[in-house]
Amino acid sequence: MSFVPVIIINLILLIITILLAIADHFLVNYGICNIDINVDEKLIEIEGGQSLLSSLYANDIFIPSACGGKGSCGYCKITVTAGGGQVLPTELPYLTRKEIRSNLRLACQVKIREDIFIRIPSELLNIKMFTATLESIRDLTYDIKEIGMRLIEPSEISHRPGQYVQIQTPSPGGDIFRAYSISSPVYELNTVELNVRLIPGGIGSTYLHNLQVGDTVKFTGPYGEFILNDDPSVEIICVGGGCGMAPMKSIIYSIYDRCPDRSCWLFFGCRTTKDIFYLDEFKQLADKHPGFHVIYALSDKLDDQSWDGDTGFIHLAVDKYLKTNIKRQAFLCGPPLMIEATMKVLEQKGVVPQDIFYDEF
Amino acid sequence: MAHLITIFIAAILTHNIALTYLLGMCPFVSLSRSVKTAFGMSFAVIFVITLTAAINWPIHRLLVYYNSEIISYIVFIIIIAASVQLVEMIMERFFPSLQASFGIFLPLITVNCTVLAVSLFMVLREYSYIATLVFAFGSAVGWMLAIMIVAAINEKLKLIGDVPKGLRGTGIIMIIAGIIALAFLGFGGMVDIK
Repeated sequence: MSFVPVIIINLILLIITILLAIADHFLVNYGICNIDINVDEKLIEIEGGQSLLSSLYANDIFIPSACGGKGSCGYCKITVTAGGGQVLPTELPYLTRKEIRSNLRLACQVKIREDIFIRIPSELLNIKMFTATLESIRDLTYDIKEIGMRLIEPSEISHRPGQYVQIQTPSPGGDIFRAYSISSPVYELNTVELNVRLIPGGIGSTYLHNLQVGDTVKFTGPYGEFILNDDPSVEIICVGGGCGMAPMKSIIYSIYDRCPDRSCWLFFGCRTTKDIFYLDEFKQLADKHPGFHVIYALSDKLDDQSWDGDTGFIHLAVDKYLKTNIKRQAFLCGPPLMIEATMKVLEQKGVVPQDIFYDEF
Repeated sequence: MAHLITIFIAAILTHNIALTYLLGMCPFVSLSRSVKTAFGMSFAVIFVITLTAAINWPIHRLLVYYNSEIISYIVFIIIIAASVQLVEMIMERFFPSLQASFGIFLPLITVNCTVLAVSLFMVLREYSYIATLVFAFGSAVGWMLAIMIVAAINEKLKLIGDVPKGLRGTGIIMIIAGIIALAFLGFGGMVDIK
């Protein structure tokens, strides 16, 4: 048995390692680069070679990103006016031609190699990292929990109804962020409440479901494009399905805190009676406010004797109850098929697409 | 000289690495849906195959000299992986626009069997250094030719749009590749690779 091959292979490995280490030191080192945000509004110095998204995160600017920088969600779009290089093939699936023309890029795919000039909506600059302790956990159904958190640092949150936060979830490959809508109304400044459905194998929901009262949770926020029309004469339509209740609850309670007489419809689609939650709370609210109508519809097990409400898919209930041509704004949250079907019904009822906001999951 | 031209033409046509040896099939199937991506991938393949063959030849001689041919497979693989890494770093630093257009395909090639196959063929057929370079370049150009033909046909088919539903994607590409491989059989006997 000769040892020569062993020695040779080790030598080759050694040489390659040294070569790669040298290359890494001299080639991947880009020196200090500047990130200029909104034309001199904020200037960040950062070591080059990292992605724009992670550089911004390191400096407490939290751009929405659901996939954690893997280039698979397309949320982290920001405007790069100079210094971002070409649009990469990995970004193309998420950008329309119009967006490419207006210099939009995916922050997670842009690598900082030189001074870079970007524009971020001032709203995103206000996004903060919150630390909170878990205050309450309540089972809403067999797989959905209501999780209440008391804010510690900063101690107050100012958000619009229907916005969401991103929970920092520890995982073996480093922290990842998962988005959850806030279900507490906007006037509760010191608490954030979430509705979390346990998804088997889901990283974020498993983490949240296993927490105990008193545990510390970190999250960033608030994010989201939902903008509630403040004109009380505009009727509000909320349509949710599955566990897409959180933003609706926040919207409805926020509305009735300020305008007790505003007209609002809540449509919520479940499979069976086991999936129903918050119905009693909403019925109480409807007793207090005659303008509030709540409709739950079951889509499965229609022979269930204990249910005397609506049955069938939720967009059919929307079609059944709403009259046409009333000035309305609609918020939808649920599975893509439900959103698609409901959008069609709403458009037939005369709601223009600009007045329909939706969250798909 | 004539010998080199023979090797070059044989590597492209009669012994096409994709269509007669069926090597490099994973990128062949997955990237032949549009001519543009096929083109980017082909360039990366040409570059990496020629480069790694050029490095692997002297290293193989070294192994033969020390009577250690037994480890040639593993050394080839290490060299291929390392040189792809290095090329990617150099390209990202100095040619960012090139990196943007075909650099993202480079990591895919590290695990491409075509690259290893070319290094193994050069050993098997006992090529000289120059012949190795010509053969490597020719093989890669042959691979490019094959993937470009299939991608172009695939794009045209998409325009006509009457591919049966179950065959769309991978299925139709396998059929196209098979027909083109049959067509390439027609070149058989024109030149020999030895």
